[in-house]
Amino acid sequence: MTVTQSAPTGVPAPAAAATATTRKKQHFSPWQEVWRRFRRHRLALASSIVLGLIIVTVVFGPLVWTVPINEIDFAAKLQGPSWAHPLGTDDLGQDVLARMIYGGRISLAVGLAAMVVAIFVGVLVGAIAGMASGKVDAALMWLSDLFLSLPTLPLLLLIIYLFRDSLKAVFGVEGGIFIMIVVVIGGLRWMPAARLVRAQFLSLREKEFVEAARALGASRTRQVVQHILPNALGPVIVAATIDVAAAIIQESTLSFLGLGFPPDIPTWGRLLADAKDYLDIAPHWALASGAAIFLTVLSINFIGDGLRDALDPRRVI
Amino acid sequence: MSRQWILRRILLVIPAMLGISVLLYTVLALAPGDPFSELAQNPAVPPEVAAALRAKFGLDDPVWVRYGHWFTSMMRGDWGFSFVSRMDVDTLILQRLPTTLIVIGAAQLMAILVALPVGVLAGIRPYSVFDQIANTLAFIGFSLPTFFTGLLLILVFSIQLDWLPFVYRADINATGWKFYWEHIRQSIMPVMVLGLFQGASLVRYVRSSVLDVVKLDYVITARSKGIGERKVVTKHVVRNALIPVVTLVMLQMPVVFGGAIVTEQIFRVPGIGSLLISAMLANDTPVVMAVTFVFSCLVVLCNLIADVLYAWLDPRISYR
Repeated sequence: MTVTQSAPTGVPAPAAAATATTRKKQHFSPWQEVWRRFRRHRLALASSIVLGLIIVTVVFGPLVWTVPINEIDFAAKLQGPSWAHPLGTDDLGQDVLARMIYGGRISLAVGLAAMVVAIFVGVLVGAIAGMASGKVDAALMWLSDLFLSLPTLPLLLLIIYLFRDSLKAVFGVEGGIFIMIVVVIGGLRWMPAARLVRAQFLSLREKEFVEAARALGASRTRQVVQHILPNALGPVIVAATIDVAAAIIQESTLSFLGLGFPPDIPTWGRLLADAKDYLDIAPHWALASGAAIFLTVLSINFIGDGLRDALDPRRVI
Repeated sequence: MSRQWILRRILLVIPAMLGISVLLYTVLALAPGDPFSELAQNPAVPPEVAAALRAKFGLDDPVWVRYGHWFTSMMRGDWGFSFVSRMDVDTLILQRLPTTLIVIGAAQLMAILVALPVGVLAGIRPYSVFDQIANTLAFIGFSLPTFFTGLLLILVFSIQLDWLPFVYRADINATGWKFYWEHIRQSIMPVMVLGLFQGASLVRYVRSSVLDVVKLDYVITARSKGIGERKVVTKHVVRNALIPVVTLVMLQMPVVFGGAIVTEQIFRVPGIGSLLISAMLANDTPVVMAVTFVFSCLVVLCNLIADVLYAWLDPRISYR
């Protein structure tokens, strides 16, 4: 028998072991195995390509498309797509493509950063609750229940409404709003991750390999960091993917409602909000920004679905 | 389900409400600037009047005193005075609450009507062509942000086809059937936007919950007794598969309220969601606080209903 069950380093270690016994010649590392399983989900694979293209466009776009985002030209306002302006122009004659590329940077950055905040807090709370049990666990779960029963959007709006002026003064317009939106969106989305991590910890900490580590005298931190956390990572990665999509939607919603980034900073939601008053004469404007949000969110959701299949060791693909 | 259990569950609402109100008030108290600063800094208002006003509203008291004062008056239904609309906040909200509740209710109904048959059909034939199409459409449905679907519907049905009005009007001067017809016509798009978004995520819940039930022994027993497939599905599978779905519909409420705010804003529906946004843009803090508080109350209420319904539908729960 080929023994591939080393220390539980990656998530799908059992699955890797299972395939290793069926195909004795081939050796797969856990992450190769995840990739092999992920490829089977065609929509997820196509979505990764789409998302990759969007990211490349947004990151390297300004190097190729050098039209400034705030060049006002009233002679060319509200024009449809043309060679000079592939996605047309807005009500001030500004180039929509350039603004979309710039806005995409902000939208994606907000999505990623808010996800990091949500997952960090979620993993921390979940890990503490899962390891401590007893009163600490009960209190933390009560807190997460409380947060789950908060109306997220009204609260988001309330916090931004109350704090935006003072943060603007401290961190500047762009930085202040960015930090606040990221912290607030992330701070209201940690609960699902916390519950997931707690549930994983509760079952993993009783497993034999953790018991073995404990018997060998591993400290609590070492048990968590080396043995439990890597094995709880699968569902967390899936939750993190979904969180990026949700954070992008929430940021766009805030900008759409006029309470996100200030009007002169284009984000996808802001572009859509500006475009909504010109739906009848310049529908291309709204369609472009809306489609960008939709495509990004859809592809992230599909990737999350593919990862869910790929990272679940019990699932046979 | 024992009466004692319901009573205990209802009592659990109190700590939840207290927790949420403390959180809301903390946010308000931490916020820089004071809600009356405009009034107090107005040069036309003499300092002694401003000081008297501050004393009257208790702005110089310690934080917990102010919180206690705020919470008790919220509970009494005394929600303050809107400086912008020049009327009591509670009358303002009560005027607008029914519209919001009707739109949300109709949207949830539509979501259930769409999601139930689709989810059940997808669940009893997993991985079939129908299931895959339904699954892809569901993904598209909840990846489409409500504000974009709203604009798309306006573009198609109001601008291109000119079938439906895109501004919701509260003052329709018509009587009899025409009055109701106009109301239905202008509600179609807001309800569709919210309903389709909710329906898309519900389809997946219904499907997975049907998948869980379909494999259980009692379903096989029912089949082996020779009951027709249709009867097995409707009488045996769906009834039990719906139990977790009922809870999920209720627990999704915070998301629905978020969607309602956006839809009300797009279609200018005069509900509390659009009230919240306009109050924020006009710096009308009493209204903002009260609307957020109402939304929180509604969420807590929905959680309570979800738990009680769940215990009623699945009697094993209350004995834990």
